[in-house]
Amino acid sequence: MNFGDANYLGPAITLFAGAGVVLGADVFTDRRAPARTLALLTILAAALCAVAQAMWGPTEVGYGGIIRSDAFSSFFTFLLLAITAAVLTASGGGLQRVAQAGEFYALVLVSTASMVVLAQAQELITIFVAIETTSVCQFILAGLARDDRSAEAGLKYLLTGAVSAAVLLYGFAFLFGLAGSTNLEDIATVIAGAPEGGRLAIIAAFVMVAAGLGFKMALVPFQAWVPDVYQGAPTPVTTFLSAASKAAGFAVTLRIFYTGLGGGDSFVATQWAMMFALFAAVSMTFGNLAAIQQTNVKRLLGYSSIAQAGNIAVGLAAVASGSTLGPSAVLFFLGTYAATNVGAFICVIVVSSRVGSDDLRDYAGLLKRSPGVALVLSLCLLSLTGIPPTAGFLAKLYVFNAAVQTGHVWMVALVIVGVLNTAISAFYYLRWARIMLLDEPREATTFMPSGTVGGLLTLAALAVLFFGVNPTPLIDIARRAAATLL
Amino acid sequence: MLTTFLLLPLAGVLMIAFLPKHREQDARVIALVVALLAFAVSLVAFAMFDRTAEGYQFVDRFEWIRASDVGFGVQYIVGVDGLSLPMIVLTGLLSVAAILVSFGVTLRTREYFIWLLVLETSVAGVFLSLDLIQFFLFWELELVPMYLLISIWGSGHKEYSAMKFLLYTIGGSALMLVGFLLLGLKAGTFEIAVLTEAPPTETLLPLAVIFWFIIGAFLVKLPVFPLHTWLPDAHTDAPTAVSVMLAGVLLKMGGYGILRIVLPIMPQQAQQFGMVLATLAGFSVIYGALITLRQRDLKRVVAYSSVSHMGYVLLGISALGAVGLNGAALQMFTHGTITGLLFIMVGLIYDRAHTRQIADLSGLMHRMPLIGTVLVITGFAALGLPGLSGFVAELTVFLGTLEVHPVATIAAVFGVVLGAGYILWTVQRVLAGPPNERWAHLTDADKWWEHTAMAGMLVAIVLVGVYPRILTDVVSGGIAPIAAILGGGS
Repeated sequence: MNFGDANYLGPAITLFAGAGVVLGADVFTDRRAPARTLALLTILAAALCAVAQAMWGPTEVGYGGIIRSDAFSSFFTFLLLAITAAVLTASGGGLQRVAQAGEFYALVLVSTASMVVLAQAQELITIFVAIETTSVCQFILAGLARDDRSAEAGLKYLLTGAVSAAVLLYGFAFLFGLAGSTNLEDIATVIAGAPEGGRLAIIAAFVMVAAGLGFKMALVPFQAWVPDVYQGAPTPVTTFLSAASKAAGFAVTLRIFYTGLGGGDSFVATQWAMMFALFAAVSMTFGNLAAIQQTNVKRLLGYSSIAQAGNIAVGLAAVASGSTLGPSAVLFFLGTYAATNVGAFICVIVVSSRVGSDDLRDYAGLLKRSPGVALVLSLCLLSLTGIPPTAGFLAKLYVFNAAVQTGHVWMVALVIVGVLNTAISAFYYLRWARIMLLDEPREATTFMPSGTVGGLLTLAALAVLFFGVNPTPLIDIARRAAATLL
Repeated sequence: MLTTFLLLPLAGVLMIAFLPKHREQDARVIALVVALLAFAVSLVAFAMFDRTAEGYQFVDRFEWIRASDVGFGVQYIVGVDGLSLPMIVLTGLLSVAAILVSFGVTLRTREYFIWLLVLETSVAGVFLSLDLIQFFLFWELELVPMYLLISIWGSGHKEYSAMKFLLYTIGGSALMLVGFLLLGLKAGTFEIAVLTEAPPTETLLPLAVIFWFIIGAFLVKLPVFPLHTWLPDAHTDAPTAVSVMLAGVLLKMGGYGILRIVLPIMPQQAQQFGMVLATLAGFSVIYGALITLRQRDLKRVVAYSSVSHMGYVLLGISALGAVGLNGAALQMFTHGTITGLLFIMVGLIYDRAHTRQIADLSGLMHRMPLIGTVLVITGFAALGLPGLSGFVAELTVFLGTLEVHPVATIAAVFGVVLGAGYILWTVQRVLAGPPNERWAHLTDADKWWEHTAMAGMLVAIVLVGVYPRILTDVVSGGIAPIAAILGGGS
């Protein structure tokens, strides 16, 4: 390894270093503002590194084949940095219950850094270490607030996370045993030439890997932690989990299943397509049906995120079935979903810091109390439902089209489940919008988000509308990123 | 030119959005001006339209989602033919009328007119779209303004009705999207003209399934018995202008969709299920008429009569011949003007009396002779009196269907008799009878905007009634290619 290899990990190294600085600075001051400024500066520096990496950096594998720096990893690096920056900027109002602010910022940075590595990893051990690092940070983050719910969230997340990590590792061990290598490309070669007799073991290995990763993506039946953690964790942490962690989960899943299996040509392609189709159908249906009954908005968004993970998994199934649109559909969906969901959660942060509640009924008449927040949140809810002219409409269209394109009748059946779920989800998303826009407020006090948070919300709303009206730039980026997966 | 029609209301939306709060009442003027301009554009298109040429005219197009190399190319194409042009004129006319009758709105004025204009753009977008995905986009876009208009400015169980409307439409259109995607996958494009030229014959799911996926959404919208239950609720609780738009143009989106997409792309399935459609149509006509007879609320009378009258549209379509299709297209236009005006009249009465219960109203002719007279004329038009536009359309429908579906046609003719019954009976109960002292203080229509709205709609009704060729020439040019496809399809 020579020093030039540092180029491969520029953004991640910057983030790790910044986390150290933030923790160090925490020793000298108890105030939050400096920690946040430092963390944001770190992200800016990491973004600059990522730009340099994308423009002039290496495009081949480095570090002896364990790390890649390509358009795919760049896509996720920028996405993760943008999400983290938004979460940190908006975190001020959501951290009243959190005593150790410096820790919060440092942990978020470390977690982001690990996810950036995860998007680049090309080898099983690196993947596992990155997943565990980011997960451990998130366990602590979820339990950071000083109350019982947060503690319960942290513990629950830790326990389910530990089990899923074990399953994942078991699957990795199988793969290593079969291929004699932990490198995804080597594994792909071995699988392509696998004799008939060895195939069952390969399928078993991939089922275990999918189960382990399903935890990160919050797919049913690995979703049990979601509602409690989403509700109990401090809202900025929930935002972070719902957007960044989910994106990273899908990134590594695409990497393992696409590179590691050689795309849609592999003999196991149909099996894993059906597996993800099943996960998708169950996740969408379960998530939406459960969300209807929720009265706590964070819990509602938790179930909604399960349903949305199901939507994205439709794209994964399409990838497996050899759809040319599949990989870019997943990336496009993740990009627009991040903007939408972060926008929605920031609104929740603003409201709960002023109203002191996450109860759906306390959103009554929000339009009269804080018109801007109510409008942005309504727009995000429209986008989550998938109603034009928002980005969410195109994201669903894109994924469903990719699925239909595979030409399998059972994929069409999956799309039918998907569109019917859209109709179900309209009920609770739009009910929430209705409560905000139409009901009478319980209190008359009005409030405004702070200037920066207001700017952030405007940005999210513009992104949701822009990509809904002119999706081609993002589609192009997603396609270029997806092309490097092969 | 047609893109201008779509953009004008949106320009109005922007202007209204930046209107200072103390000049809120100017919103209605802005809305009126842009709606008039859009209407003028549609009239110019109508005048310049070449009635002898085939195919779409005034076409604007660009590639909206540029990923056609991997099967995800979506285009923005707008254009009109003889089928969509009358619908655009209708949309322009009714939007103006809807804005005029909303001049008295004082609650959240700016928002109200913004949503009304967004509604105009989205409905016009449905009629103008020549790409399936673009069509679907506008189809869904219409939900948000409708939902808000009913649930904020409506009355009664407005929130329930708005949600019911929304869920019916989303539920109906969900499967339509699957159908569109399957058709597009096979053809490699979503462009309607290409799909019409060379309809896919083998698709992933049987074409019969796709047929029902797609037509299902349109049957909900039309609406056809038994998918109609959202309509009376939505109408009853919607503000007048929204009822006008709903009955006048939104229902037509259903009939239009069948004529534009279902019949040309899936002619064989249309023939296969023609009998089913005719049966549904006959049921709708009779059921709608019978239910109308026992309504006590004036607005529900008009609402249920719409179910009955839209049954004629489906009946005309189900014959799958040139005459019946012409009748269906004509009926869509004339029902739009007539029922639009009926809802305006009901709204004018309600604004004054603050009740729509027929039993409470009596002898209004004495108090409001102008409103009474116009209501009588519109009522006559609705029951199909010769010389008014409704007659032309209904007669054409029956001429086209009698031989193909005699039973359904006879049932529908019986529906006309019932229609005459409920209209005359209602008009008589409301207008005639002893003048009720309770209504002694009521005034006639006295605002200029009320007069203008009534006059504009009446002109359209009488003009088409007296000189139907102005419309039939255009419509038959649009129907001819569809009829040719159906004729050669079996």
